Amino acid sequence: MTTTPTPPVSAPTNPLFRLGLWWDGVIDRYNALPRLYKVVLVLAFALFVYALPLVRPPLIATDRIDFGGVMFACAAYALIALGLNIVIGYAGLLDLGYIGFYAVGAYTTGVLTSYHWAWPFFLALPVAVAVTMLTGVILGAPTLRVRGDYLAIVTLGFGEIIRICVKNIEWLGASAGIKDINHPNTIGPAPKPPFDPGGLFAIPRLEWNGITPSLDHEHATHFLVFGARDAIPYYWLLLTALIVVLLGDRLVKASRVGRAWEATREDEDAAELMGVPTFKYKLMAFALGAAIGGLSGAFYASSQSGYISPDSFPLATSFLFVAAVIVGGSGNRWGAMVGGVLVAYLPERFRDFADYRLLVFGLALTVLAITRPEGLLPPRRTRRAKMMEAEIEQLEEGPVDA
Amino acid sequence: MDLGALFGNFNNFLDFTVGGLVIGAIYALVALGYTMVYGVLQLINFAHSEVFMYGTFAVAWTFVLLHGTGDASWSLGRAVPILLVALVAAMLMSAAIALLVERFAYRPLINKNAPKLIALISAIGASFALAEAMGLRDRFAKWFGLDDNLANYVAPNKARDVYSNPVSIQPHGLFHIGGYSVTDVDLVVVVAALVMMFALDIFVRRTKFGRGIRAVAQDPEAAALMGVNSTRVVQVTFLVGGLMAGAAATLYMMKIGSTRQNAGFLLGVKAFTAAVMGGIGNLRGALLGGLLLGVMENWGSAVFGSEWKDVVAFVLLVLILLVRPSGLLGEALGKARA
Amino acid sequence: MPDTAKLLEVDDVTIRFGGLTALDSVTFDIREGEILGLIGPNGAGKTTCFNVMTGVYQATSGQVRFDGAPLAKLKRHKITKLGIARTFQNIRLFKSMTVLENVMVGADAHSKVGFWDALLRTPRHRHTEEESTTRAKELLKIVGITARHDELAANLSYGDQRRLEIARAMATGPKLLCLDEPAAGFNPAEKVKLMDLIRKVRDQGYTVLLIEHDMRLVMGVTDRIVVLEFGRKIAEGAPEEIRDNPAVIAAYLGVEEDEDAS
Repeated sequence: MTTTPTPPVSAPTNPLFRLGLWWDGVIDRYNALPRLYKVVLVLAFALFVYALPLVRPPLIATDRIDFGGVMFACAAYALIALGLNIVIGYAGLLDLGYIGFYAVGAYTTGVLTSYHWAWPFFLALPVAVAVTMLTGVILGAPTLRVRGDYLAIVTLGFGEIIRICVKNIEWLGASAGIKDINHPNTIGPAPKPPFDPGGLFAIPRLEWNGITPSLDHEHATHFLVFGARDAIPYYWLLLTALIVVLLGDRLVKASRVGRAWEATREDEDAAELMGVPTFKYKLMAFALGAAIGGLSGAFYASSQSGYISPDSFPLATSFLFVAAVIVGGSGNRWGAMVGGVLVAYLPERFRDFADYRLLVFGLALTVLAITRPEGLLPPRRTRRAKMMEAEIEQLEEGPVDA
Repeated sequence: MDLGALFGNFNNFLDFTVGGLVIGAIYALVALGYTMVYGVLQLINFAHSEVFMYGTFAVAWTFVLLHGTGDASWSLGRAVPILLVALVAAMLMSAAIALLVERFAYRPLINKNAPKLIALISAIGASFALAEAMGLRDRFAKWFGLDDNLANYVAPNKARDVYSNPVSIQPHGLFHIGGYSVTDVDLVVVVAALVMMFALDIFVRRTKFGRGIRAVAQDPEAAALMGVNSTRVVQVTFLVGGLMAGAAATLYMMKIGSTRQNAGFLLGVKAFTAAVMGGIGNLRGALLGGLLLGVMENWGSAVFGSEWKDVVAFVLLVLILLVRPSGLLGEALGKARA
Repeated sequence: MPDTAKLLEVDDVTIRFGGLTALDSVTFDIREGEILGLIGPNGAGKTTCFNVMTGVYQATSGQVRFDGAPLAKLKRHKITKLGIARTFQNIRLFKSMTVLENVMVGADAHSKVGFWDALLRTPRHRHTEEESTTRAKELLKIVGITARHDELAANLSYGDQRRLEIARAMATGPKLLCLDEPAAGFNPAEKVKLMDLIRKVRDQGYTVLLIEHDMRLVMGVTDRIVVLEFGRKIAEGAPEEIRDNPAVIAAYLGVEEDEDAS
């Protein structure tokens, strides 16, 4: 053995792989920091993300569409991707009808706060989540027992059924949809049109002239006014929900539950024989995913426009959600969220792209499945395993037979 | 809900039943594609719906090419010459797309022995890319400056809208079954579908390729050891599935008359349901499942209203998976699978 | 061999698949603390027998009793909880999980921690997690792959994967540990090590059922042997008795020579 102990420069040298390694490096360096620094760094990052729609960084900000609204959509998709990642990434269940749960959450909110009752949003929210979760259990209990690849078709059917139902059921607003869905309650004085914007205080946003920023007091965001004027408070609220779900996701994944999901995904029979009640855990993943989808749907329904209709939930969007999770790197929560943000952001930033997005994501899905089944940002250990494989291969100077 | 609409009058009942059989014959032909690929690879060829959809466009394009764009209404007899050309075109088109899917979305994964889920994802991607490519065909034509020349085919700015066959075929009633007037078009659809399926059944049972398909379906490793070229077998399977889908597309265009870039999706899910209903991997099951689904769907729309027609198929799928996941006739292309 | 209590009783078990009788009125039992070998030529019904015991198949007639209670109709993961664990002839690890996590999945079999414990990080969660980790590490030490605990299971060598399978099965806290051809693909040196390991496992207080092809390994490590042929039990006894049993020689040893030749 004359080789030096430096890591071998081997097969995976493509830019994406290096991006993954770079990301690992960032995480490693972060992990090595003292606790206090970590906390400060995380808080700074969170603050930056909260402030993003006010900072409006040049190149990133969309000029033709309200950037706050775009950021809201990004956060909503990130939340959806996070939920779907539990179903697809952790438990390995291909759910193609996720939009159905999103719709159930949105419609529950709509019915409770506007169409039939006038509940305040924050009362309707938990009910919407519970209803969606129940829907997940009702759909999952019979179908999760059948073969995994059938599940894809059944969930696809579910997504379509939900759309047909809301379109044809008068009680749910039929094709006209539901309008005037209650917004979350404004914190601070309510706005009094035409002049009093309400809210506790106003935060100006930045206006960029080239690279020189200036404060723009004209378009100030009034702190926690949930009205039709400004999407940014909705973004903050949704981002907060996203962070809470993210923390929960972390805790649950790094536990017995997360291990049971992974074991089930890897080899269901073996998991069962090692004492994992696989059906229970699959159902749990499915229901949790549904609940998070419903949560996102509830926020969507009560957002700026306060309007939903059957056309808000096309099945193609469901496919985009799946693409977001898989392209981002199924099983990696950050990868999935990045995927979700890309799906929401790219078409808004590059308007021409909007028409092509299904084509591009469709192609990306096939190309990725063939070349990098683990996604752009796979879970870190998959990357490590690849390195190792390459290393072994190099040592043996030939392919390893399994 | 109106049970009387279906059962109140025997003539109505026959009406819905026979009408269901006709559309069911088309489901059955498409279902064959799912069933064959599943039988051989144990994979759902999600992109098969697009294989069918491209076939429907091939039919409409053939009419535009040979007849022009002027709307016309012909009897079946007058349309037969062009229909035959269209049939060949559709079968070729569908087979080409099927082979394309096999080559790019499946073969690399089969070679790597990738997990099922990955193959399904790959097929889903291919399916959406194909459907979108059809919906964006006007843009692509524009890139090459061909949008004027090809305007009749690519429908500039309307590529996503319904695309109709300029010649609508006027069905001509032949005889009555109950309240249902059986037309020449209906008869051709059902007879053609049955003939195709019969031919396929013979192909799989009697020919060398058929034996290869059955061998690979039963035990790929043993088949490989016995010298069966499994790549070739998989190709032939996709090819045959594509040919059947092309034929189904022609019959569909005869009966329905128009298509769209997303026309494959719903029909695909229904055909898959039919395949599962009959027992996926089972050719005769596909026929039974297709006819049954067509009939039940029609009954469903009679009872619940036509807007619920599509829901019936999905609910049936879930129920069958619950009660009898291996389908009515059991799963088998070769024989039994463990 | 001390006459200890019967841990598992296979009582007149018959299994038919369609027209094929895979097991025909097989009766034997496993006593606490022993290493029992189950042998027979290919297709004798060893793995079928094994699958009945671990709940993969249901017996057509007859009964399998564990600790005196019948196993029929129990869900597979419940059987594991009762105290039967197994390894797989064709290794079936959770490949994209680490070695330690693989063992911890086994250790979780008796954990009462649920979703809310994990989400709220209850003391029970912390306590159980610590316990499982310690236990998993102990087991990795016993099978001798501690150093590789942080690697992906897929990256282990073939032999280490077999060892990991044993550790994972032991982690479920079984009374009975069933090893399905653990020596398949091993060279003689590795087989010797495996024999030591099996003995070590027994000394830890486990009862072991060993299905094996390799006669030397079975003779060297088991206390008692049950021989199957064509789904029937043809002999049962101590290794020495089995070795001299003419029926076994005819049925099994003769066949083995052929196999070696092929």
